[in-house]
Amino acid sequence: MFEHYLSLFVKAVFVENMALAFFLGMCTFLAVSKKVSSAIGLGIAVVVVLTITVPVNNLILTYLLKEGALTWTGLEGAENIDLSFLGLLSYIGVIAALVQILEMFLDKFVPSLYNALGVFLPLITVNCAILGASLFMVERSYNFGESVIYGAGAGFGWALAIAALAGIREKLKYSDVPASLQGLGITFITVGLMSLGFMSFSGIQL
Amino acid sequence: MAAESVKDVVLSPVFKNNPIALQVLGICSALAVTNSMSVSLVMGLAVIAVTACSNLFVSLIRQHIPSSIRIIVQMTIIASLVIVVDQVLKAYAYEMSKQLSVFVGLIITNCIVMGRAEAYAMQNGPVMSFLDGVGNGLGYAVILLIVGFFRELFGSGSVFGFTVLTPVQDGGWYVPNGLMLLPPSAFFVIGLIIWVLRSIRTEQVEKAEYRIVANSKAKIKESV
Repeated sequence: MFEHYLSLFVKAVFVENMALAFFLGMCTFLAVSKKVSSAIGLGIAVVVVLTITVPVNNLILTYLLKEGALTWTGLEGAENIDLSFLGLLSYIGVIAALVQILEMFLDKFVPSLYNALGVFLPLITVNCAILGASLFMVERSYNFGESVIYGAGAGFGWALAIAALAGIREKLKYSDVPASLQGLGITFITVGLMSLGFMSFSGIQL
Repeated sequence: MAAESVKDVVLSPVFKNNPIALQVLGICSALAVTNSMSVSLVMGLAVIAVTACSNLFVSLIRQHIPSSIRIIVQMTIIASLVIVVDQVLKAYAYEMSKQLSVFVGLIITNCIVMGRAEAYAMQNGPVMSFLDGVGNGLGYAVILLIVGFFRELFGSGSVFGFTVLTPVQDGGWYVPNGLMLLPPSAFFVIGLIIWVLRSIRTEQVEKAEYRIVANSKAKIKESV
C-alpha cells in the first residue's frame, strides 16, 4: 500500500511533472520565475492549494457528479442521474471558492504566512496546473487517498520546476544573450533544456 | 464602425499583436497539443469558438455585471461554453477528444479567453467584441499550426497525416526525429519563433537588465 503511494508521488513529481511534461501553469511559470524567493513563495502556495483542491474535487465527483453518485440522497431515480458533464464548471468553482477561503483563513489565523503568500493566492485560481491536476485525477479515476498524494506530488513537482528555473534565470541575467532572444526567448529555450533533463526520469518504476 | 476598423480588429491580433508570440498569453495548453497538425487545428477552432462566444456574451451583459463579481461571472460564462465545446467534440469527433484529453477543459484557464473578456468585451459593443474574439482566437490558432507544422514535419515526416518526407522504415530517406514529438521540442520551437518575430519587429525586444561591457575583464586587471 505504502509502496503504491510512494510510486504515485514520485511519478507525479518527476515523471509527469506538471510544468515540464504537460506545460501546465506556464503563464505564471514564466512570469514569476525572475527571483528565487518569489518563485519559492508561489511554489509553496501551489502545493497547499493543490493538496486541498484535488481531494475536495474528488469528493465532489464521487458524491455529486458521477453516474449513480446521488444514490445516497435516497430520491427516486437518483441512481440514474449522471451529472459528470457539469464537471468543469464545478471544479473551477470549487477552486475559486477554496482559494478565497484559504486566503481569508490565512489572513485571520496565520498573518505571517498570509503576508508571504498573499499576492500569489489570487493568481492561483487561473493557474492551469490546479485545474489540470483535478482533470487528470478524474481521467485516471484516482480514489480519495490517491488523489491526496497525487495533489501533493503534482504541486511539489511544479514548485521544484519553478524554483529551479528561477535559479537559472538569476544567473542568466548576467550572460550575453542575443538581443532578440533576450528575456522570453531564452527562457523558453532554457525550459526546453530543463524539460529534456526531466525526460530522463521517464520509465522509472518503483 | 468603418470597414477598416473591422479589418483591424480581426487581423491585428493575428499578425501585429499576436497573443501567444508577443503578449505570451495562453501558452499553457498551446504546447501540449501541437505534436500533430490536425490536433492543433481542432484545438485552434475550439479556442476561436470559445473566445468569440464568450466575448459576445460578456459584452451583451456588460452593463448588468457588478464590477466586484465580474471575474466569477466571466468564469461561469467561459466554463459553460467550454462544456458545450467539450460535449460537441465528444459527440462528433470522439477520437480527437480522446487525444486532446484534459486540454479542452483547460481552455477555461487559458489566459487569452479571460484576458479578452476582461480587457475588450467589458468596454465594447457585442459585434466588435465577437470579431475581436475571432481575431485573437485566430492568432492563437496560427501559432499552434506553425508549431504543429514543424513538429509533425520533422517528427513523423508528414503534414496533416499525409506523408511528405518518406521515412526510412517505409523505404524512404528521411530518418524521423523522435525528439520533435516529445515535450521539450515545443519549448524550443516557440523560443525560436519568438526569436524570429523579435528579430523582424525589433521594438518588441526586451531590454537586458545588465549590459555586458566589452572586454570588461581586461579593464579590471588594469585597475588592480
